[in-house]
Amino acid sequence: MTRTPTTPGLLTGNDAVTATSTDRLVSDKRYKIIEATMRRYGYQGHGLIEALHSAQEAFGYLDDFTLKHIARTLHLPPSKVFGVATFYNLFTLKPQGAHTCVVCLGTACYIKGAREVLAAIEDEYDVKAGGTTRDNQLSLLTARCFGSCALAPVITFDGETIGKVAPTAAAQQIAQRLAAVQQAR
Amino acid sequence: MNLEELNATATSERLARTKKRHHLYVCVGTACQALNSEQIAKALQAELKQRGQAADAEVKCVGCPGLCSLGPLVEIESQVNGQAAAAEAKDDRRRSILYQFVKPEDAGEIVAHLDGEPVKRLETPLDQPFFTRQTKIVLEHCGKIDPERIEDYIAVGGYQALLKVLTEMTPQQVIDEITRSGLRGRGGAGFPTGLKWGTVAKSDPNAYPTHVPEGIQSRKFVICNGDEGDPGAFMDRSVMEGDPHRILEGMAIAAYAVGANQGFIYVRAEYPLAVKRLRTAIRQAQRAGLLGSGIGGTAFSFNVDIRLGAGAFVCGEETALIASIEGGRGVPRPRPPFPAESGLWGCPTLINNVETLANVPPIIMKGADWFAGIGTEKSKGTKVFALTGQVKNTGLIEVPMGISLREIVFDIGGGISGGRQFKAVQTGGPSGGCIPAQFLDMPVDYESLAKVGSIMGSGGMIVMDDSTDMVEVARFFMEFCMDESCGKCIPCRAGTVQMHRILTRIQEGRATRRDLHILEELCDMVKHTSLCGLGQSAPNPVISTLRYFREEYERKVNGEQKPEVRIQKPESRSQNPEARSQRPAISS
Amino acid sequence: MPRTLTINGQEISARNDQTILEAARDAHIHIPVLCHLDGLTDVGACRMCLVEVAGSNKLLPACTTRVQEGMEVRTDTQRLRAYRRQIIELLFAERNHVCAVCVANGHCELQNLGIEVGMDHVRYDYIFPKLGVDLSHERFGMDHNRCILCTRCVRACDQLEGAHTIDVMGRGAKSLIIRDMNVPWGESTTCTSCGKCVMACPTGALFKQGSTVAEMVHDAEKLAFLKAARERKVWNV
Repeated sequence: MTRTPTTPGLLTGNDAVTATSTDRLVSDKRYKIIEATMRRYGYQGHGLIEALHSAQEAFGYLDDFTLKHIARTLHLPPSKVFGVATFYNLFTLKPQGAHTCVVCLGTACYIKGAREVLAAIEDEYDVKAGGTTRDNQLSLLTARCFGSCALAPVITFDGETIGKVAPTAAAQQIAQRLAAVQQAR
Repeated sequence: MNLEELNATATSERLARTKKRHHLYVCVGTACQALNSEQIAKALQAELKQRGQAADAEVKCVGCPGLCSLGPLVEIESQVNGQAAAAEAKDDRRRSILYQFVKPEDAGEIVAHLDGEPVKRLETPLDQPFFTRQTKIVLEHCGKIDPERIEDYIAVGGYQALLKVLTEMTPQQVIDEITRSGLRGRGGAGFPTGLKWGTVAKSDPNAYPTHVPEGIQSRKFVICNGDEGDPGAFMDRSVMEGDPHRILEGMAIAAYAVGANQGFIYVRAEYPLAVKRLRTAIRQAQRAGLLGSGIGGTAFSFNVDIRLGAGAFVCGEETALIASIEGGRGVPRPRPPFPAESGLWGCPTLINNVETLANVPPIIMKGADWFAGIGTEKSKGTKVFALTGQVKNTGLIEVPMGISLREIVFDIGGGISGGRQFKAVQTGGPSGGCIPAQFLDMPVDYESLAKVGSIMGSGGMIVMDDSTDMVEVARFFMEFCMDESCGKCIPCRAGTVQMHRILTRIQEGRATRRDLHILEELCDMVKHTSLCGLGQSAPNPVISTLRYFREEYERKVNGEQKPEVRIQKPESRSQNPEARSQRPAISS
Repeated sequence: MPRTLTINGQEISARNDQTILEAARDAHIHIPVLCHLDGLTDVGACRMCLVEVAGSNKLLPACTTRVQEGMEVRTDTQRLRAYRRQIIELLFAERNHVCAVCVANGHCELQNLGIEVGMDHVRYDYIFPKLGVDLSHERFGMDHNRCILCTRCVRACDQLEGAHTIDVMGRGAKSLIIRDMNVPWGESTTCTSCGKCVMACPTGALFKQGSTVAEMVHDAEKLAFLKAARERKVWNV
């Protein structure tokens, strides 16, 4: 993880607000969304998880700069913010690929062959669950249950649910969608 | 909205409905939506317009009618002989047809056949046991109303119970009614709901130190636990998606009974559709004056906020859930004090599961005696189950307590898929156990399930056929608990790791009899010493499979059974289409 | 209002706001503890102090359970002894606790408990994850391999020093004690280098730089002294 020595205040031992950090907060409009979330909770600590959700949605992951920004705005110790961000599965500190495929490993999917589906995708894209392909195009994640058990085994591609996936067809179904979004661009 | 206004809305809404001769219900629950059901709704709408039948028929996007394995589902209710569509299902002037596996391109044919014979190739009988053997209380509106319209909910009697409670009953009378109904918590443990409400109502908000954030006035809270984390369970999701107002109404009634003015619904972020529909419902209820200050013209105020989970199974445990709402790590704390005395920000807090709260409005309207008349002596009412696994009909079912497992699996579920034999039913998810065939005729209620080493749980019911490797099932759940352990207490944090290692060793054919002995000893210790329910129940899948399928463990430990061959390369699999059926992941 | 209860058959009297642990101590009845430390709030995490209470089907942590009138408590049954042994065994297997090369050898609460519960060998798999040693602070060091995640350092830093430099990241067996946003200790900008976390540590996980084997003596009593002094202006020297 890279650490940005640009944040002000105690967090870096630097009392002056540096030009770069202010710039980033102003120029990157996505911080406005996070700001709105924190305002909704009166900038109080109990809004931390909602703020992290906002940031994760806006940036796709939580970097140090954003976590420190949230800590400072909510007046929380940085260690607590980091502790919360790493406790929950949905938050990630690493940048994700352009597209995300999630394989459900819930019980119903599992007994209907989800492990094989996962293995097939891992093999095809040479990526382990939790990782991102070398070209940064696809992140492969696993989930504990989407609650779409009737469609087991289930995977999602960029939020779209694909049900009753055969291990033999999984990689192809992803390839089709990847090709489609790339073509659309 | 006061009672008169509510009744007026309900009447005009019902009247508007009778003007349409055909009602087309398209399921837009998560499972059907994933199969493009919204496109079907659009196609049906376009088709009606094109044929000039738009004034005559109405397309409604509804929540889950249950039979997910046949989705996308479209149900059509038509008036016969020009009579108004009656609410009574038995009314022969009304015809219902259910279409299965519908595609958007079927819209033309469906609309063309509205007045004539049904489309045979799509029709699935409504008189099949899957539907006829169910008793719907919690799910009565799922599949019948548009979850995004408050008027739909009002038309079927929604918010009547809340206004009745506010205008005719004292909080104590409400608690007494719930107590008399015999309703027990549907989240798994089955704690008597009335007792819990009574404790919160009696608790003094100043008995424990509190730290309520600025801007929050309430000193008691009601939390709806929608953190449905058990893999293989989606009952609460379907209720939140299909009938969100009912949950709000149940919460408001609970809040009135215990004296709370602020509520929270804690929902898994993995359920975006449920979150969206709940948000819409809250907005609508506020606008209608059914949430907020001065509800129904009375002095009672109650607000509801949504809080998102972020992927932690342990947050289904009530003290962990509270820690999460407070913005912290979802780590449980020892009880007592129970949340009923000292919960959210130290204040008395009522935490009820989605399904529990959904049972409240009908109990108020129809009375405790009606509810207590359904079910068994100690388990009243119905239970919603998510029926999945190797069973023909997968989906959501609601059955009276006391029904036998056999009826669920073989009548409602239609038996085992793929022509195999029944082996076990897993209930209660990672906290539950596997119930073998010898108990198929046992009644499903809290006590009976506990007696055979499982639990009611939140309602996941996974059917397993004879190809299922029970040791692998135990290993799967142990891995789940190990990954989901919060790490606070040692027995759960370190014990699940050791148990998982032993189970893996058994699966790989490297275990000894001593391992089996240590495993059993660990199961006992982790069960009795862990801090919260996650750890206390983590050994259950192992204990129950050891109890009923011990020979499977013994065979592997004695080296009689060759270890399972792991996953093949996809290339070789594609060359051999048979390979998958020979080696499904959890089956041997 | 005083409460009367029995612990191991011995009748004792306690204040109504006392925990079973406090009442037992006043009566000179020993209950083993690990995550408890005088001066810090209790979290009931280590489960060493679990006791049997008549009428309760669950074992209760003595550190967080308040006494009740007529309570019948047993602190030293065969079953409890077996569980305590297993818990200590799990801890020894979880990370790396080789006493012979540890700075806290001879002054270690985990080691003492191992002896107390008679844990002479470990039957579980040694997990031995390779965790780092943080020597970036000029005066203190942290060896994560010796950490038992009791969170005494977290609580000392938050409740007594007030800095909340320390917290826990991750979860389950992958939990790790961190400073700020998981920075090396020496780079922490909120740490006041007060050393209370080191005093609080029951094992050799937190130590003073320069300590070698068996040299690290923790000063855990100082935290209760500090708390009394700060909150009640009482100096229990």
